Amino acid sequence: MAMYNDKVIDHFMNPHNVGEIEDASGIGTFGSPVCGDMMQMSIKVDDNGIITDAKFKTYGCGSAIASSSIATDMIIGKTCEEALKVTNDDVLRELGGLPSVKVHCSILSEQSIKAAIYDYAQKNGLEFEGLKDFDPNAEDHDESCELSDDEL
Amino acid sequence: MEERRQVYLDYSATTPVKQEVADEMIPYFTQNYGNASSIYSVGAVAKDALEKARGQVASLINAEPSEIIFTSGGTESDNWALIAMARKLKNKGRHIITSAIEHHAVLHTCQYLAKNEGFDITYVGVNSDGIVDPAEVEAAVRPDTILISIMFVNNEVGSIQPVEEIGAVAKKHGILFHTDAVQAAGNVPIDVKKIQADMLSLSAHKIYGPKGCGCLYVRRGVILPTYIHGGAQENKKRAGTENIPAIVGFGKAAEIAQRDFDRHVSHVKSLRDHFVERVLAEVPKTHYNGSREHRHPGNANITFEYVEGEAILLYLDFAGICASSGSACSSKSLQPSHVLTALGIPVELIHGSIRFTFGDMTTMEDVDYAVDQIKKIIARLREISSVSEEKGW
Repeated sequence: MAMYNDKVIDHFMNPHNVGEIEDASGIGTFGSPVCGDMMQMSIKVDDNGIITDAKFKTYGCGSAIASSSIATDMIIGKTCEEALKVTNDDVLRELGGLPSVKVHCSILSEQSIKAAIYDYAQKNGLEFEGLKDFDPNAEDHDESCELSDDEL
Repeated sequence: MEERRQVYLDYSATTPVKQEVADEMIPYFTQNYGNASSIYSVGAVAKDALEKARGQVASLINAEPSEIIFTSGGTESDNWALIAMARKLKNKGRHIITSAIEHHAVLHTCQYLAKNEGFDITYVGVNSDGIVDPAEVEAAVRPDTILISIMFVNNEVGSIQPVEEIGAVAKKHGILFHTDAVQAAGNVPIDVKKIQADMLSLSAHKIYGPKGCGCLYVRRGVILPTYIHGGAQENKKRAGTENIPAIVGFGKAAEIAQRDFDRHVSHVKSLRDHFVERVLAEVPKTHYNGSREHRHPGNANITFEYVEGEAILLYLDFAGICASSGSACSSKSLQPSHVLTALGIPVELIHGSIRFTFGDMTTMEDVDYAVDQIKKIIARLREISSVSEEKGW
């Protein structure tokens, strides 16, 4: 496990917020098992638009699980707009970094946050600035799982 | 607190050097340090040790000592056999036949020859057991075929290839036959005469010898061009001062592999069979990949559905267990295993595949500990996973 720092190891060995919220305000998934990782994120949003709970389920490698865990920690207590600003880089920073070959594994969490909030927005007729470029079916177009050069 | 053991189940990656082997090697670092090419007696001691080791390695594969050339390991042997022979025979033809499940030492060398030197490579497939059909090899033969290279035992699923039949096909058509026998040594009987191999690669560190040492068997009468230039060592075939301590270790390891063959095979087989039986019975939604019958006695390759291999390896590591995975995310290249792909296993199942390989130092207690841990780990990762039996893939 020498390639991972202690915080990453702690988050995949003892992930926070594992599960599925039963009466979720929004639920979204991103990725596919064919590509080696798929995350499901469910959120509970209160009347003030604040995310009061977030839970995840992730099929994927250690980095994907650690990123999912920390991403749920990061969005609890934030408004949807604030949560939509959480990027892959923020997740990486919060984790204290991942080995370069694993950086792509953290993209999953950023996209899953968006997918869950998108579902919440759809169900409640809301629009969020942070979702204007979000394509909920993006992963369906990526059958090849190939990463672009700059991701690698 | 629960007992935590260190359980190494990755003997196909490498093996520890046996004490008996290390004991033989040590004097050649400190006392008998002479250069085997020197004329004085310290050099002669090294030369004698070199030739003794050559005999020990030759004996393991039923070859003549003069047919053994020491190299830096299996990878060098594979590169040398393929590249040097392809270049030598390029005016006769530029077609090479290999398989889709070769080790990268052969696969990447073939790709190099195709890309840079204009060779045409046919990669014959395998059945769902991971075994090449000799008839398919024969069907791939063309007038310009110069070389057939098919491995003896696959490193991921342990499938034993019908090398005798493939050797016969090569012989019938007058084509040179090379086999990478790195995983076979010590685990299945190797007789170069029976398999009619022209070249065969071995590695010391897979048979409880040191790393950085191996050999290429080259059948008498086959002229393999020199690959490394700069001296008369190894019958002018491979220049460079011989790594005497490592070669002595390789020789001793080969001697032990031959001497203890039956005991080794029955030991690892009983561990492997117990492991597989327990895992398949006690962990739901698991699959045993590869042939049950024609298989390396110490190899198990298992797919755990709904969980990803790299995560499994990390959890295993935390429990003190070393294994390896065919998952894309556990490889630096991020590509799923080409071997499991060739067996026709769906990619999402490849991501959840783990290879466990057992060796002489493994005990039944180790195996039971590993299975107990695996049960807990798979159950835990399935709790975390977004896919499950109920939800499906």
